[in-house]
Amino acid sequence: MLRTISLFLVLMAVWLLLSGYYTPLIISFGIASCLLSALIARRMEVVDNEGHPLHLGPRIVFYWAWLLKEIFKANIDVAKCVLFPKTYLRPNMFTAKVTQTSDLGKVIYANSITLTPGTVTVDLDNDTVMVHAMTENSAEGVKSGEMDRRVTAVMGEA
Amino acid sequence: MDLVLDIITWILMLTGCVLLIITGFGLLRLPDLYTRIHAGGMADTLATFLIFIGLALQSDDFLVTAKLLMVIVFVFFTSPTASYALAHASFVAGLKPMLDTTGSDQRDSADPDEGKD
Amino acid sequence: MIIYAVTAIAILVSIAMALGRAILGPTSYDRILAANAIGTKTVLMIGVVGFLTGRPDFLDLALVYSLVNFIGTIAVLKYFKFGTLRGGLTSTQGKD
Repeated sequence: MLRTISLFLVLMAVWLLLSGYYTPLIISFGIASCLLSALIARRMEVVDNEGHPLHLGPRIVFYWAWLLKEIFKANIDVAKCVLFPKTYLRPNMFTAKVTQTSDLGKVIYANSITLTPGTVTVDLDNDTVMVHAMTENSAEGVKSGEMDRRVTAVMGEA
Repeated sequence: MDLVLDIITWILMLTGCVLLIITGFGLLRLPDLYTRIHAGGMADTLATFLIFIGLALQSDDFLVTAKLLMVIVFVFFTSPTASYALAHASFVAGLKPMLDTTGSDQRDSADPDEGKD
Repeated sequence: MIIYAVTAIAILVSIAMALGRAILGPTSYDRILAANAIGTKTVLMIGVVGFLTGRPDFLDLALVYSLVNFIGTIAVLKYFKFGTLRGGLTSTQGKD
């Protein structure tokens, strides 16, 4: 029930941001459609832990901030690599351990690896992830396991 | 105050432009598909972020700023999924990545069909 | 105002380079990558042009385009992998 209410609130916020017309009639249409969507989603049982990860709470926001910093650093690495491929380009491929137990945690980890330029997830198995890295430096970021630790901490599975 | 905002916008957007040009350069220059995916990732992440934050600083309407931030969030959620799907599909289809030859434990990159492009 | 024009030109140059990769690309996956990159840059272009012409309403289009671009890439990849767009990814995976 809590998830349905929060889904309704999120839908309503998005509707208000995108609409831009605030007359009583239009707003009542918006409320009606958001309520209908939330109820249909509840009846279809798609409002679950994965579709609406309420339990992650504010920790995920701190993780995003850290990820943004990593993306900045990785972008500079890749830019150097593109400009001077002779010096920096060392493509390599390796597998790393995944310590998250839930599917959602694994997806967050794999997508974080891909989102950081210089490393791309090529294959995701039950407990290993295959990564293609552009330089030794960017490979080190995944091999050290810091990102893995942080995602596990965000998921509350530590 | 406006001048400061303008200068910050200039810096952010010019950095974004430089990154975009480097991305295009990398797409043309890098040797194989997997390394090109890395180059494409630059435009998807930091260039989008910098340019849209630069635009957000210039808008005086709250709704416009919110929409810009929503575009950033959408791109950050969808682009790694698309990149993973692309890398996985080409890996499953048997496209061999070019690996570094200087590493001792890496396998040799001399694929027979590598010189064909 | 000048910065918008400069950014728009940079985006166009970048799109031209990605188009070059789409033409050159030895494999079809290179072409999909180029198409995806062009799509992302189009999202940027729509946003910048919206500000350049003083009509930030264009951002709605950018929002939709970023999602359409993603769905398009996934759809083309799925078609490449399975030769059809019918059925879910999990149900067809075991067959071949």
